[in-house]
Amino acid sequence: MLGEGIAKGLVETARNFIGSYFSKNRLTTVQYPEERLPQIEATRDFPFLVYDGDDWQAGMRCVGCQICEKECPPKCIYIEKSKDKKPDAVGKLQFYPAVFNIDVSVCMSCQICVEVCPFEAIKMDTEFELSTDNRFGGLLWDKARLSKPNAYYGKVHPTDAAASDALLAEEKAKVEAKAKAAGETKTNSELTSPPLATSGATSKQ
Amino acid sequence: MEMIAPAAQELIPNNAAATGDDALLEISLGPHHPSTHGVFRMDVVLDGERVVKLKPVFGYLHRNHEKIAEGASYLASMPYTDRLDYIGSLTNNWAYALAVEKLAGIQIPERAEYIRVITAELTRLQNHASTIGFLTQEMGASGSPLMYSFREREKILDLFESLTGSRMMCNYMRFGGCRVDLPAGWLDQTRKVVADFPGFLDEFERLLEGNEILLARTQGVGVLSRELAIQAGVTGPILRASGVNYDIRKVDRYGIYDRFDFRVPLGEHGDVYDRYMVRMLEMRESLKILEQALRDIPSGPIMDTKTKIRGFRPKAGEAYGRIESPKGELGFFLISDGSPNPYRYRVRPPSLINLTVLEDMCLGSNVSDTIVIFGTIDIVLGEVDR
Repeated sequence: MLGEGIAKGLVETARNFIGSYFSKNRLTTVQYPEERLPQIEATRDFPFLVYDGDDWQAGMRCVGCQICEKECPPKCIYIEKSKDKKPDAVGKLQFYPAVFNIDVSVCMSCQICVEVCPFEAIKMDTEFELSTDNRFGGLLWDKARLSKPNAYYGKVHPTDAAASDALLAEEKAKVEAKAKAAGETKTNSELTSPPLATSGATSKQ
Repeated sequence: MEMIAPAAQELIPNNAAATGDDALLEISLGPHHPSTHGVFRMDVVLDGERVVKLKPVFGYLHRNHEKIAEGASYLASMPYTDRLDYIGSLTNNWAYALAVEKLAGIQIPERAEYIRVITAELTRLQNHASTIGFLTQEMGASGSPLMYSFREREKILDLFESLTGSRMMCNYMRFGGCRVDLPAGWLDQTRKVVADFPGFLDEFERLLEGNEILLARTQGVGVLSRELAIQAGVTGPILRASGVNYDIRKVDRYGIYDRFDFRVPLGEHGDVYDRYMVRMLEMRESLKILEQALRDIPSGPIMDTKTKIRGFRPKAGEAYGRIESPKGELGFFLISDGSPNPYRYRVRPPSLINLTVLEDMCLGSNVSDTIVIFGTIDIVLGEVDR
């Protein structure tokens, strides 16, 4: 009979329409912003800079090595290295970024900066409500805007943050052990042969 | 009629004297969303309601992809490949990774091979589901079928998000494996989605099967002959709908596709209806592959340990890697001169090459059928224009 196929299809539509009053599976719309879906852990949008402790300037993990600047596919990162040094996350004296800008209007959220960073300093954020009425300055984020504490990283990506913390703790332990060993040999050598430092200085000349 | 366009007269020289009711009319379909497929324009010459000439005009989305890739490192091109066919970014990743792995002679671990198959087949499912949704939308079924297919696609995109961090721009595969391992519980979620999917296909078939409007609009419309399909280099579901048994998963057996038991659905007439049915059947076959892959996936590493992420320099040479993407043969041709960036980087996009037969399929049909025929080619302009 002509129209039978259409009628069968309409039964299916009706089933979905009526089902949407009873079944959660058929009612897919979420009333954002009153209702929100739970955030998926791996979600990423724009990068941020991780710092340890309370002071974002003292605890900044980034050492201004500019690897992410070079590897960034759309070249949205701009870094200027500092002239002086400060201790980094594992206790070594390192440079820090005097300027660190990310143009988020250019950033394509690919996370390659995170992959290439050897210092666990740049990570992906999950904050997505970022609209601004200033399309130039409002989308060029400087390092003060980009810096977020390690605790925040632990909150948005718990699994990754735990792995990253373990890695840093291991490195820190290594550096400390090395420093301790170096300190011991240094004190030993100072005791046995004090003119070592002078001889080093003369050889340099 | 005085309003005849001069360009139309040039295109049809024999018709120079045509005036009055016989006049040809040149119209422009597009460039904004002629049928929800992106920024594409068709220059169509009409004789009444019949198409007598059709010229596709594209390039509105050109982004210089190949030249940018030649100036960037091998890794930096990976996120750009997501933006080729943005419906199926994971298959694009795979094709590019395969080409680089051939170039550098990298072997990838077994678990990574399985993950690649699983993600690629999920991509095929959601691509075909949305293509059929769009197709029915273009035939005038406003809303329901498209929304049902998007409801299912959403579940697969959620899986992609929890695995790769992004719903569409996944940027997941790397030379020598995959970027991150599967998160806890991901395989079980995927098994559930795969188990539920046949229910959706059944529902979809009940919705459209035997629908008189669908049959009238699709059967015998936009026929692509077997010979023309082969000569024009058409690949993917369109080629198989014309009855040519050519699936790169079977021909090349790249990755680990030789381990899975699946069949290649073929059409007979090469019309719009066959192209629609081939896609429906391909989804069933993809589900078979997924079930087998989810059953057999081993544990182990996901990255080849010898491959470096930074400072990757394959030795001089050339390689062509191709896969069966949901739209057809997607290939990447690379020439390396030993430097950190490719000397030549070329994409063989299935969408562009499948588009070349558009005029042959559309000649003599109505304007409204043109839109439906265009829809069954299943193009994404990100890939056509690059």
